[in-house]
Amino acid sequence: MMPALTLRNIVVGALMVALILLPVYAQLADDRFLMTLFTRIIILALAAVSLNLILGFGGMMSFGHAAYLGIGGYAVGMLAKEGIMNGFIQWPVALGASALFALIVGALSLRTRGVYFIMITLAFAQMAYYVVSGIARYGGDDGLTIYKRSQFFEPLNLSNKTQFYYLCLAILFGAIYLVRRLVNSRFGMVIQGARSNDVRMRAIGFSPYRYKLVAFVIAGTLCGLAGALLANHTDFVSPSVMYWTRSGDLIIMVVLGGMGTVIGPVIGAVTLLVLEEVLSGITEYWQIILGPLLLLVVLFARGGIDGLLTQLGERLRRGRPS
Amino acid sequence: MTLFIEQCLNGLQFGLLLFMLAAGLTLVFGIMDLVNLAHGSLYMLGAYFAATFAAFTGSFILGAVLALAATLLVGMAVEVIALRRLYGRDHLDHVLGTFGLILFFDEAVRLIWGPEGLSLPLPSWLNASIQVLPGVQYSAYRFSIIVVTLFVAAGLYILVMRTRVGMLIRAGASNREMVGALGVNIKLLYTLVFGLGAALAGLAGLMQAPILTVQIGMGENILILAFVITVIGGIGSVRGALVAALLVGFIDTLGRSYLPDILRELLSPAAASTLAPALSSMLIYLLMAIVLIFKPEGLFAAGRK
Amino acid sequence: MRKTILAAGAAILLAAQPALAQQKSIKIGFVSTFSGPTASIGNDMRNSFELALDHMGRKMGGLPVEVIYEDDTQKPEVGKQKTQKLIESDKVDFIAGYIWSNVLLASLKPIVDSKTFLVIANAGPSQVAGELCSPTVFSTSWQNDQTPQAMGLYMNSKGVKSVYLIGPNYAAGKDMLAGVASTFKGKVVGQELTTWPTQLDFSAELAKAKAAKPDAIFVFYPGKAGVQFLAQYAQAGLKGTIPLYTAFTIDETTLPLQKDLALGVPGAQEWVNDLPNAENKKFVADYRKKYPGHRPSFYGAQSYDAANLIASAVNALKGNVSDKAKVEAELKKANFKSVRGNFKFGNNHMPIQNFYLQDVVKDGDEFALKTVATIVKDNQDSFHSKCPMK
Repeated sequence: MMPALTLRNIVVGALMVALILLPVYAQLADDRFLMTLFTRIIILALAAVSLNLILGFGGMMSFGHAAYLGIGGYAVGMLAKEGIMNGFIQWPVALGASALFALIVGALSLRTRGVYFIMITLAFAQMAYYVVSGIARYGGDDGLTIYKRSQFFEPLNLSNKTQFYYLCLAILFGAIYLVRRLVNSRFGMVIQGARSNDVRMRAIGFSPYRYKLVAFVIAGTLCGLAGALLANHTDFVSPSVMYWTRSGDLIIMVVLGGMGTVIGPVIGAVTLLVLEEVLSGITEYWQIILGPLLLLVVLFARGGIDGLLTQLGERLRRGRPS
Repeated sequence: MTLFIEQCLNGLQFGLLLFMLAAGLTLVFGIMDLVNLAHGSLYMLGAYFAATFAAFTGSFILGAVLALAATLLVGMAVEVIALRRLYGRDHLDHVLGTFGLILFFDEAVRLIWGPEGLSLPLPSWLNASIQVLPGVQYSAYRFSIIVVTLFVAAGLYILVMRTRVGMLIRAGASNREMVGALGVNIKLLYTLVFGLGAALAGLAGLMQAPILTVQIGMGENILILAFVITVIGGIGSVRGALVAALLVGFIDTLGRSYLPDILRELLSPAAASTLAPALSSMLIYLLMAIVLIFKPEGLFAAGRK
Repeated sequence: MRKTILAAGAAILLAAQPALAQQKSIKIGFVSTFSGPTASIGNDMRNSFELALDHMGRKMGGLPVEVIYEDDTQKPEVGKQKTQKLIESDKVDFIAGYIWSNVLLASLKPIVDSKTFLVIANAGPSQVAGELCSPTVFSTSWQNDQTPQAMGLYMNSKGVKSVYLIGPNYAAGKDMLAGVASTFKGKVVGQELTTWPTQLDFSAELAKAKAAKPDAIFVFYPGKAGVQFLAQYAQAGLKGTIPLYTAFTIDETTLPLQKDLALGVPGAQEWVNDLPNAENKKFVADYRKKYPGHRPSFYGAQSYDAANLIASAVNALKGNVSDKAKVEAELKKANFKSVRGNFKFGNNHMPIQNFYLQDVVKDGDEFALKTVATIVKDNQDSFHSKCPMK
């Protein structure tokens, strides 16, 4: 089925094309930093997409999602420090560790709800934060420099900026596709059903707990992958990557872009990080603009930017005689 | 033994200070069902106001009193202008909206007071040590914090348990609709409660100011601790907040003082020195996770579903 | 349609051309902390760097100098991002600054990988002096261990038999405590590392130090933390009972807040504002004239030297900094007049220099630091043998 040519779809399509063509522009403009910036945006967008699976579709407000960024990153960093550079070992370890952590946290946290769920996920993330800050061998608070990026087969070379950019972009597109398939499957229906009415789902014979737990683990694993990418991108990993404010940033990306649409978090990540870069270039006091802006989005634009675009498109269409 | 007593006093002081912050948070949370991340900003404002007014008037005490009044007013203004609109919304909306407020307050403070932060010097009679028990010398200022917070805690107890306003507050924490049905001016009650919480946060901030520095973002680290206390104690329960605050204060202080020595027996000194502070900070979150696993609504749940 | 794309492409290509053309200015990136409680340090460094540029007519090798200041907010990951931006987006010729050892260690890889010249104006982690030394990395400060080592020697001479060490738990804090322990001949009865930079309440640590009953306490707390430490040390009733020895805890950025709490507390330093050489007199006098109400600190002195070191190399090469080997050779000569008196570089590009004992005195209504004695002469750091450069 071809997607309809609405304003929202045009914007999303333009965004995708822009992301694909960005390295070409960066090459022409001789601006390597643009690549660095956008690689980072894409990786954080991946993290936001993974959070959206549980937050937007499952209604599970995890306030500790950044923990997986750190776990994925530290898996790569610690193995590199011990001399194991092989990506075929590093990445599965990163994914496995994230999945395991998500399984434990999810199994314990999903028994609580509401604000208690928010706080218990926060508690586990903070524990992970303090564990890595406490290990002197891996740099403690100071963080860990990664002197060599993950090694894969020739000719894939993660130190090549263009290759790494497209690798991250491909993984992001893959993740979007995966989440889309998941959400539209029976599994996704149960998750979304449980968000609006837990009791009814149980009454018709589903155990939402298990479904929620599986979604929680998938989201954690995807975010762990983002963490492995981020560590390779910055050649550095420090505990601050899993601090609670970073979890807050991820939530903001999701809500700003639009919860519960697959693309929303990508729009949110790009908007927030580009805005940050542009505004901080214009004025030192950029947060005084961003803060009230967030408050306004919460108060008046409940579907985030994605929702806003859809509404705007509909208004435009209705205004036009058809 | 004197060391242990002194560390207990330190734990008590820290715990009571956290209680000032958590009491306001738990009231706002329990009565208005509002997750207010900007509570830490009020703590910061209390410190900034105190430093400014103390420098202006030349008196520490006068500065503190003026700062309390100013924080109270700012708190009520924030409630009327912004937060009132968030009541009844999703918790997610609260987190985002008040996070926006944090950014706003941080930058506003930067615009007004500059990026470097301020300092609030103590009068010389507080900048010394006194004998609190035979053979135990203790900082006069920290001791005065203990005394002041104990008085405030007692006042809060009387207010909540013995007055008409307190009865409404308690009723509001366990059943909000009921209070509204009783024909009470609920809007005014909310504004007053929020102002009270703000003033308590401001008090915590201005008392911490001479020990720590007055700086942007100073509320953010301690805010999370206050949330942890609120949740451990049970949302809406002032008594729970007190118990949890003391627990957290003691765990943090005793952990920091005794863990390094214990760990040094097992690990190299360098590894132990790095691990110990991390471990004692972690213990607090471990406590919260364990409490929530076994008592999903905190130690003293306020009887609300 | 296709034509316009081609035209646009050509325009972009043309626009990108000048980057390759002849150098028109010397670009320097300066990374330091300009916000938060340690912003006063960053400001002092920026003020001194600017003053040095004023003194050289804002030109090096006949070319105008452009400085881009970046705020690392005292966080390693932010410092690293800013460093990367300076290299990749601004394409600077030199990078200078860095207060914090952990920020520097995080930022080092992109600098070394891109072979950008770095002049460190404060941080001195042991790794950079040892195994991570690099041909393009220079320092106008010291290696972290050196200053506390000098303090350890001074404590020996004062007959101190036992000491309790307290410092922040990050790269420099560990180096500092290790440094003092390496030269101090008495007994180290205890050691505390506190969470950095968030922990500013030292009540538990001070209580332990008091209970251990040492002859002395040694402490390293840069910036505002030093103000808080001295206040809490007095509040705990330790002032006058257990003497305090310091490194990087009392300086001109903290003294206006520490005031008489700092009286009688000695510190070690490689530069003091009253060092009797002509360059220093000019630096201190002009600084106080340009920034009324402020006095330069050692952070500033090191930044002033960093600007002059860069200028010495660029001037010698008449502005042509394209040949990295030539720039390195010129920098290595340290052919400029330092405000601490002349120094030379060791094999690892760290200064070999004197360390002085400083004390706090009342200067009218203000407080100032003065040199009391020279503790060590021509001191070289102990990690230079681990550096593979010869």
